[in-house]
Amino acid sequence: MSFDLSQFYQVFFEETAEHLATMESLLLALDVSNPSMDDLNAIFRAAHSIKGGSGTFGFNDMIAVTHILETLLDKLRKQEMQLTDEMVNAFLEAGDVIGMQLAAHRGDGEVDEDAIKSVCATLEALSSAKSVASPPAPPPVSQPVADEGFGFFDDLPASAASEDAGYGFFDAEPKTESVPSDPGYGFFDDLPTSSSEAAPAQTAPDQGYGFFEDAPGNAGYGFFENAPGVVAEVENKQGYGFFRETPAQRSERENKQGYGVYEEYERPNGTASAAAATAADAHVGRRETDVPGVENVRAGKRATDKVVVSPQAESSIRVSVEKVDQLMNLMGELVITQAMLAQAASQVDGLVHERLEQGMRQLERNTRDLQEAVMSIRMLPISFVFSRFPRVVRDLAGKLSKQVELKTLGEGTELDKGLIEKIADPLTHLIRNSLDHGIEIPEKRLAAGKPAKGTITLNAFHQGSSIVLEVSDDGAGLNRSRILNKAKERGLPVSDDMPDSEVWMLIFEAGFSTAEVVTDVSGRGVGMDVVKRNIGELGGRIELDSSEGHGTRTTIRLPLTLAILDGLSLSIGGEVYIAPLNSIIESLQVTEADLKTVGRDGRLLRVRGEYLPLLPLHEVFNVKPKAEALDQGIVVIVETAGKKTALFVDELLGQQQVVIKSLESNFRRVQGISGATIMGDGRVALILDLAELGTRVAQHQV
Amino acid sequence: MAALQENSLNNNAVGREFLTFTLGSEEYGIDILRVQEIRGYDAVTPIANTPAFIKGVINLRGTIVPIVDLRIKFNLGKIEYDQFTVVIILNIGARVVGVVVDGVSDVLTLNADQIKEAPPLSSTLDTSYILGLGTLAERMLILVDIEKLMGSQEMALTDAQAE
Repeated sequence: MSFDLSQFYQVFFEETAEHLATMESLLLALDVSNPSMDDLNAIFRAAHSIKGGSGTFGFNDMIAVTHILETLLDKLRKQEMQLTDEMVNAFLEAGDVIGMQLAAHRGDGEVDEDAIKSVCATLEALSSAKSVASPPAPPPVSQPVADEGFGFFDDLPASAASEDAGYGFFDAEPKTESVPSDPGYGFFDDLPTSSSEAAPAQTAPDQGYGFFEDAPGNAGYGFFENAPGVVAEVENKQGYGFFRETPAQRSERENKQGYGVYEEYERPNGTASAAAATAADAHVGRRETDVPGVENVRAGKRATDKVVVSPQAESSIRVSVEKVDQLMNLMGELVITQAMLAQAASQVDGLVHERLEQGMRQLERNTRDLQEAVMSIRMLPISFVFSRFPRVVRDLAGKLSKQVELKTLGEGTELDKGLIEKIADPLTHLIRNSLDHGIEIPEKRLAAGKPAKGTITLNAFHQGSSIVLEVSDDGAGLNRSRILNKAKERGLPVSDDMPDSEVWMLIFEAGFSTAEVVTDVSGRGVGMDVVKRNIGELGGRIELDSSEGHGTRTTIRLPLTLAILDGLSLSIGGEVYIAPLNSIIESLQVTEADLKTVGRDGRLLRVRGEYLPLLPLHEVFNVKPKAEALDQGIVVIVETAGKKTALFVDELLGQQQVVIKSLESNFRRVQGISGATIMGDGRVALILDLAELGTRVAQHQV
Repeated sequence: MAALQENSLNNNAVGREFLTFTLGSEEYGIDILRVQEIRGYDAVTPIANTPAFIKGVINLRGTIVPIVDLRIKFNLGKIEYDQFTVVIILNIGARVVGVVVDGVSDVLTLNADQIKEAPPLSSTLDTSYILGLGTLAERMLILVDIEKLMGSQEMALTDAQAE
């Protein structure tokens, strides 16, 4: 293969990352005492695919690690060894190391050679030391078979030659593999009863497995095995080192690189050769395993029945994010243009108008549909984020010697890809916090009458036009007095009779930590403020709920998407502002009689028995309002971060969807403004940052 | 600093092109490569609590672009907005900024020997933002380092400086 492989690097990186993720999630789900064969096989396949791909692209460091990993996995798979906790840990570490190597090849990050060595050493120790001692250990005579079978046998001349002949180029020599006398193919079962075959068997598997390690085969499969349909199908089988052509439509060039399937179960030889004749264009070559009694008879077969590859494999495509973003931008422009047209059309009258209006209505509908369709491209299920947490929890729980179970709900909840990427870090932080500070050590939990195993629940659901993410634990809860004491120590303005919700918000202050000991997990007091800021940047809000002794719940509310907002347009002194509709509770007209003052600056508005701080927006934005007196304008009640504020404006103009444009890309952040949008008439309207306005009222900064 | 500026000017021995505009009775020149387009002044949305010379933002084909009135900034010319008011849209790095000037005159090519170093003087325009003085017969062009000026703290156009 002389063509430039580097063009496939990106594909390889993505595939490998996916394989690593699969491996990790399977490992985490594995029941150590009774591992499912399917899972072990799937893990093995993932490792194997990574190795294959690495081989194709010449990433030898990755091959080395995956190879050792694979060796141990294979023993487990064949039940020569018992799975232990250490092994799972070692596998996870190996996964990390491979991820690190991958990152290094990608060009970001450094490879920590020591980590690689230690992981390799651990894996090797596990695979060599335990195999003899483990309960279902096969007789010693079969040991070398297994061990050597997975080694690198490139330097065995015999095996190298036979590989070339039979594998890698089925199309060229279709007959070769069905010749029964063909040496070195087929799998020799190392069943204890067949100990007499041990000697011949010793070399045979070498060749069989050697193929997988070697260049001709490797050249192809690294990126062929990626089709999801294939993987699904593979799982039904016991076979592992399984080279399967991706959908049959793939190019001839790929076919030539060929695949072989090694399977361990029995099949009559007769049918096998018959099948070989009919399957001239088969894409899978399969080698039958021999029954112990007939170990010298080998059958080759083209497995016609396995060629059918599910067509779903090609039902999704990879598209670069830029293209989607571009589509989104154009969509935004279209929405604006449509609004512009609608406004122009509304001024036309007469007979023409009716037809025009009809057309406009249709355009509006189509635009909305198109917009939804485009938006949905960017939507991904939250499970993309959630899937990383079982590992986080497992590792941390181990480190902190706590017993923790992670429950995830609503994994299918979809949200914008941009949000997915940005929400991962804050969520990780919250989970670490829950684990470190929330969940108690088992003894304490038992003493408190709780089960020794703590639970952290991750929940995602839609609520109106926002998505809600909850991280809750059944741990100790927040300690009110400790937070208050700490706050006083730090000179924060607190009082003992503050409502709980305000006390909890203190932990989001920068540098605030009540942890007694600073661990490498948390406790340095950096973090919660970052979490809050990150969430804020996403246009979201964070709330805390806690009950001492029963646990803590952190709720994050995020807008569904970052690009489009349902807004209410308001006018203040001739200028148009947009308020996000999801924060608006109601709007009403009030009279001066409803206004109460507290001290010099505090203005409260009485609304249905509640006293709400009043914020006249014209004061905030220094504009001359049309409505000076309360009864000339209108009051909009908004709720942010659980607090209600009454905004006083001149008038309400209407409700509309607006495309959020950044003010910062060409300008800078403006206090009280979260962004800008373009109205139907082409003018720019500013979008209010209600949360910030709310806090301003609270701090009397108006 | 002066040496640096001179160096950057002399780099291009064949001369550089400058877009010249007037502010009151003064003539200014800016690097033509920074200019994206020239357009009329309309529909500016004011932004609260910003300096007076920041007029607000406009919609430039879907992009939100801030508008700075250099006449207010330099305290020159008559501040009025009519159909003759001109906005020069500039590309400053990755940002797009519009500046209001009295009028755009023409595009001139100045050779390095036509550009003199500006003497230190105290004016509303800090000398460090002046690349040099261009001489063209009787005319004197004040060549502004528009990139540096727009990125400066006093313009309050970017986040880093605003804080």
